[in-house]
Amino acid sequence: MGSIVSRLLSRLLREEEIEDIEEIKKETGFSHRKITRLYRRFTSLDKGGNGTLSRDDFHRIPELAINPLGDIITNGFFPEGEDQVNFRGFVRTLAHFRPIDQDNEKNKNPSATEPLNSRTNKLLFAFRLYDLDRDGKISRDELLQVLRMIVGVNLICSTKTPKGGI
Amino acid sequence: MLRCGYALFWLLGSVLLICVVSPVKGEAVVTREGSHLKLSESSHSNESQHGHSSNITGIPIISFKWHHVETPYLVAFWVLVSFLGKLVIEANHHVTSVIPESALLICFGFILGGMIWAADKVQTFRLTPTVFFFYLLPQVILDAGYHMPNKLFFTNLGGILVHAVIGTCWNAASLGLSLWGCQMGGAMGDLDIGLLQYLLFGSLMAAVDPVAVIAVFEQVHVNDVLFIMVFGESLLNDGVTVVLFNVFDAFVSLGGPKIDAAEIIKGIVSFFVVAFGGSLVGLVFGLLISLLTRCTKNIQIIEPGFIFVLGYLSYLTAEMLSLSAILSIVFCGMCCQKYINANMDENSVQTVRYAMKAFANGSETIIFVFLGISAIDKVIWVWNTGFILLTLLFVLVYRFIGVFFLTWILNRYRLVPLEFVDQVIMSYGGLRGAVAYGLAVMLDENKIKEKNLMVCTTLIVVYFTVILQGITMKPLVMWLKVKRAAVTEVSLLEKLTNKMFNHTLVAIEDISGQIGHNYMRSKWKYFEENWMSWILMKPSARKKQDQVFDVFHQLNLKDAMEYVTEGERRGSLEFVRNENSIIDFKKKSESESFDINNANMSNDHGAMSTTSRDPIPSVSLEMHEQIMKAVREAEAINAHHLLDQHLYKSRKQHRHRFSRSHFDINRDEKEVQEIFQRTMRNRLKSFTSAKMGVKPPKTIVKHTQKEQQQKMPNGKSMDKAKTSYSGDEGSEGDSASGYDQSYMRATYRAGAGIENPAFMPDLDPMDLLQIPPWLGESELDSSMVALSHRAQVDLPRTPSNLRRLAPLRISTRSTDSFTLENIPDTQQMDSDQLQPPPPPPRPPRDDGYV
Repeated sequence: MGSIVSRLLSRLLREEEIEDIEEIKKETGFSHRKITRLYRRFTSLDKGGNGTLSRDDFHRIPELAINPLGDIITNGFFPEGEDQVNFRGFVRTLAHFRPIDQDNEKNKNPSATEPLNSRTNKLLFAFRLYDLDRDGKISRDELLQVLRMIVGVNLICSTKTPKGGI
Repeated sequence: MLRCGYALFWLLGSVLLICVVSPVKGEAVVTREGSHLKLSESSHSNESQHGHSSNITGIPIISFKWHHVETPYLVAFWVLVSFLGKLVIEANHHVTSVIPESALLICFGFILGGMIWAADKVQTFRLTPTVFFFYLLPQVILDAGYHMPNKLFFTNLGGILVHAVIGTCWNAASLGLSLWGCQMGGAMGDLDIGLLQYLLFGSLMAAVDPVAVIAVFEQVHVNDVLFIMVFGESLLNDGVTVVLFNVFDAFVSLGGPKIDAAEIIKGIVSFFVVAFGGSLVGLVFGLLISLLTRCTKNIQIIEPGFIFVLGYLSYLTAEMLSLSAILSIVFCGMCCQKYINANMDENSVQTVRYAMKAFANGSETIIFVFLGISAIDKVIWVWNTGFILLTLLFVLVYRFIGVFFLTWILNRYRLVPLEFVDQVIMSYGGLRGAVAYGLAVMLDENKIKEKNLMVCTTLIVVYFTVILQGITMKPLVMWLKVKRAAVTEVSLLEKLTNKMFNHTLVAIEDISGQIGHNYMRSKWKYFEENWMSWILMKPSARKKQDQVFDVFHQLNLKDAMEYVTEGERRGSLEFVRNENSIIDFKKKSESESFDINNANMSNDHGAMSTTSRDPIPSVSLEMHEQIMKAVREAEAINAHHLLDQHLYKSRKQHRHRFSRSHFDINRDEKEVQEIFQRTMRNRLKSFTSAKMGVKPPKTIVKHTQKEQQQKMPNGKSMDKAKTSYSGDEGSEGDSASGYDQSYMRATYRAGAGIENPAFMPDLDPMDLLQIPPWLGESELDSSMVALSHRAQVDLPRTPSNLRRLAPLRISTRSTDSFTLENIPDTQQMDSDQLQPPPPPPRPPRDDGYV
């Protein structure tokens, strides 16, 4: 995302630094202003300065540590098997959370690919949150696990009753 | 509370009031007008010569010296009456959930006023401007400023300022002009008030009142941004109100012809001077407080006193310089909060918080009661239907227009636009309150003939907004938010998914930094960290500024307190208790368990201290059996209820933060604790697996043994005084591992230490390590899920909990609590190679354990 030097030289953001900004715009539907702002956020999170975020960068956000689903969400940003996410991927994930464009729902154009924030894609993202091992299915254990994460420990598991009665 | 108790309260309250108030009224002839007290002849003068007789015929054994104690007695008495009123009102929660407390207090004031009126035929007690502005208002505002969420406030500062300045000016101008227009049009009968006087009236009517806003919004939990917009506006508009009021007051004195461009320009300039001057005074005092708290280590007992005194002085100083006093005290509170909390001792911080809340709450109560009392006064009542109704109408309508228009402009520049619903609530929440009334009473009667009309119009508007709008606010909020009625009861899965979505949204908000990092903010942070903290914070406090460290420290404290409470209440025998009981009772409704708790407390353990803090009961085994059965039977029904109760609330639901009477929610803290620990544990595991074989980081603890250095690089304890680490202390991450250093102060980087099986035997003989038995057996098959710390806490007490609280020990092994917690887990992870460690020998202290 531009060299470190150019970033050091200009504190104010220039559009040229964001590669493919037009493509990102088309893909995600964010406005120019929003992409710029997200880029600023991206760079402030990216302590390593190498244009990608690692898991540690996410862990640095203090509020995520007290969010029960913090780690799952973090994993959702990283594509399968990778440990780094670039700005494109970052924005792509965030684009899932845009409000649904009303007109898109109306004129269903089956040939065109759905925008990232369509209902289907949102559901897909949510599905992936549950599907922890990314096998395309939600197993019973995965559901239980997510449940445990949200509820906390005070959960009697009727299937196993060890001595402690957890 | 039981029914008869409530009724008793009512009875007691009314009897007490009637008995006490009437004779006192008979004696009391003081009205608090102006700055000095004078006896008024309007009441029974024959009784007022008690005790001051000059002729003594004999030695009086006991004499009744009313005038000796008159003033302080009355003050204290009225405070007591107000508080008793609040007690009576709060006795029944069903009433207060429908009608806001402020409305009930005003009604209570009506009743009292009626009683006084009946006894005296004249209103001897009123809310006078002096008392209000000097003695009742400052603490409310100081509390508001001190507990202001700074981050939220400054993020939305632009919007708040726009609404406060432009909105108030718009309100004032439009109201004044419209009323004048209506008068010209003849809608008000034969009223004759000049345009300037209308503008003056408009200016005092325009201001949204912070006291009323807090009082009403406290029960209606709206989202953060909406609340801060209304609340911030109510605080900042004082700058405008003061200016407008003074300017128009001067204009009215000058008269129409003398007003020319110069005067108007002076008016505008005075706005800037008043507003910025007031804020500056507040800032100076805030800095002063911070500096002082830096040096008050030896007088910790009266440290809190400084805050209150200096806050009050900032208010008075601004008032003296004819600047905006409210702005001054708000900024004083806002500026010093961070440094005070860092510099002062824990106890002092708590004292300040509680005392401030107590004062503020008390003042608010008194204000509302007296607002009610002041109404029952025949002298001020002048009725002009047109004037009053039109005022009400215009106040509402122009508020809506103003808010919508301004928000429309604002939304073009905001990242997160304010929604329509929020705007409606903002408009509806423009409550007028005691400030308007105080200003109205301060009007000069000679210059403004219709002062009484204005006063009673103000009163009516205040009552309308506080009572009517207050009552309807909650239903309106709920009505607007509910888009689709829930036809069927949501299934368990739906509930879970909803909760999950909430958490997800909150996480995305945090990641995308809605309260964003932008250039100015990072600049300010840099400046603040390097310069201001350096000057204003104690050196020891500066080190502790890391947020995660802070959270962990708080959790430790809470753990400690809980542990002590538990131990005390349950007594030593309770350590024997079957852990099943505890979980189940935690889930049952609290009243139920509380009753059982009470029933059994006396039977079983006479030596138990009664606590009402935590309803985890202690029950005898027989009761326990019965209840276990009942639980099993009702499990299906309970499960739903239970899940509902115990799902972690996402941050959107934690809206109580700005409440006047509640500090924090216990559930919030516990959840945070659990989640945080679990997260850290999970991260540790993933981190461990990721970092195996990676070179250990550079920073090394001085006091860990040398031979262990490369294995346990960061073993640290939470004891702040002994945290000594070289390298990048406090520097938040030039490199990816940099931040890990600082937050790994809180966690144990097992890193390369665990991978080496040769070291395993080293850990086994640790008698520090006690693995809870259920952990050893049942966790093998679900290694993905870490047992939350809570389970270990609430289930049989393991000494590992104690370790967390133990002081630092210089040893070859890290005494970091996370170390101890995590070793079983990390061992499990590597259990392919190892067998589960044998149950370690129990120390003698845990006799009679499971």
